[in-house]
Amino acid sequence: MSSPASGETRGTKLPWRIPIVILIAALILTVVVVCAVLGDKVSPDSPFLQRLRIGDTPPSATHIAGTDLLGRDILSRVIYGARTALVGPVVVAAGAFAMATLLGLVSGYLGGLVDSAIMRWVDFMFALPGTLVAIVVVGVLGGGYWTAVVVLIVLFTGPDTRIVRSAVLEQRPLPYIDAARTLGISKTRILFIHILPNVLTIILAYVVLDFAFALVNLAGLSFLGLGVEPGAPDWGRMVFENRNILFSNPVALLLPAAMIMLTAVSMNLIGDCLFERLAK
Amino acid sequence: MTGSSVFALVMRRFAVAIPLLLIISFAVFSLVHIAPGDPVRSLLGAHASDPVTLAAIRERYHLNDPFLVQYGKWLTQVAQGDLGVSIQGNRAVTSIIADRLGVTIFLSLMSTVLVLGLGVLLGAVAAFHRGTSIDRAVVTFGVLGVSSPAFVTGLFLLYVFGALLQWFPIFGPGTGFLDRAWHLTLPALALALSVMAIVVKITRAAMIEELDRDYVIFARARGLSSPRIAFAYVLRNALIPVVTAAGLIVVGIVAGAIYVEVTFSLPGLGALTVDAVQNRDIPTIQGATLVFSVFVVLVNLTIDVIYTLIDPRVRFGRVES
Repeated sequence: MSSPASGETRGTKLPWRIPIVILIAALILTVVVVCAVLGDKVSPDSPFLQRLRIGDTPPSATHIAGTDLLGRDILSRVIYGARTALVGPVVVAAGAFAMATLLGLVSGYLGGLVDSAIMRWVDFMFALPGTLVAIVVVGVLGGGYWTAVVVLIVLFTGPDTRIVRSAVLEQRPLPYIDAARTLGISKTRILFIHILPNVLTIILAYVVLDFAFALVNLAGLSFLGLGVEPGAPDWGRMVFENRNILFSNPVALLLPAAMIMLTAVSMNLIGDCLFERLAK
Repeated sequence: MTGSSVFALVMRRFAVAIPLLLIISFAVFSLVHIAPGDPVRSLLGAHASDPVTLAAIRERYHLNDPFLVQYGKWLTQVAQGDLGVSIQGNRAVTSIIADRLGVTIFLSLMSTVLVLGLGVLLGAVAAFHRGTSIDRAVVTFGVLGVSSPAFVTGLFLLYVFGALLQWFPIFGPGTGFLDRAWHLTLPALALALSVMAIVVKITRAAMIEELDRDYVIFARARGLSSPRIAFAYVLRNALIPVVTAAGLIVVGIVAGAIYVEVTFSLPGLGALTVDAVQNRDIPTIQGATLVFSVFVVLVNLTIDVIYTLIDPRVRFGRVES
């Protein structure tokens, strides 16, 4: 939750005033999205083309970020890597959002046995060390990137459900719900037409945070060699594969590592900002 | 509050923890069966094998019994400290884990000290200077820490302080206490930075809330010195929420340790888990996962009990915990 002080320190809260940090964050994200969509247009070279003769080289005029052990252009691989960096997290955030909204609405509004059953499951998910579960399940099941996406959706649904539920519980005693019930409107309709729009803003703020967290987790799994398949241009995978050339071409792992951090930081800053604007 | 009600409370927490441990153990046991392919293969790895060996493995792991019977027998063995035999190197999983545990415990303790020490300090400093550039710097630092995964932070620390400046060694766990602390400084810092943000955030929020309370104004009016108010009264009260978050901190450190150990090539339990996963060494994965999970559950249990004991509101049942 946001601290009580943050509201008063900001002073006048004008809706159009966007902090400079948020602008920079939005700019970084735009660049990443452009790379993901137009990867083949904007990259200077093929990310897969191997030049075994030259091997790993430090940054030069022909290869701005240098090359890896197989002589592949690092900059092009980083640009192409934006794709797996965005697609998985978007699916995770959307999937967790859909499941958590459904479970949270049902749990918060119906209460009783359904509520306790769902909440015990959520408690259980909270008690698990999620990162370890993801590593072990993805490693044992195999399937790489998409298995990881599914596992993360399940892991994220638990905490998200708790958030949706508490937002629904705040709505429940409000007069408009009573009014809707008096009019004889069905439970499904009350849930999805009346309550959902009122809790949607708070959920959206969390979806952005989910995205950042999924990005970091997927990159982490690729870094452990468990995410994308070998050879794929992916930031986490690049850090993993280029660990041995830290001294000959440090850019080969520091650039993708920096991209993971910058994208996640930008997403978190925007999420925090949205949270303060929407969830209050 | 009487001794017997504390006992009852601790027992109630146990009543939740035990089913949880059973569910986790069941999931860990099931790993053999959810792994694609024949369980015998999962347990044996890529070793060449004749029908006699296969039959022996089936017998050793009770694979001919019904599923639940297998689980019961496996659990009995685990309770006796037998976690099976690793596919790689043919050693008992228990003894491999015992070899690796030292580095992980050292690393985790070192970064816990850093997380609590630095985290509370930064949070308190930010709260005292709320609204200033110091405050904003600390908050931004917190967002950076939360967003940056431990392996990325670790990589940058390793490159700057290990490879460029050469202040710290970049490989191996070291021997002896001081040398080990020396080798583990960068890993512990990387681990701490990724977890510290939670502590900074909570301490800051709690401190700000406490600083606004009447007793602080009263203490000021009575002429008590600022450090005395801060440390003797405000910080003490502000730390209760930090204890609540201890569970998150522990889970964060355990998860981060896995990545940090891989980044710095440390022979700890986390690196063992990843290594086992990469080599599909099911018995070792089971053992390491079980140790990690049991540790997390027990720590959460301990924190619950401590929390109950230090906060009188919870102790006397006035607040729903």
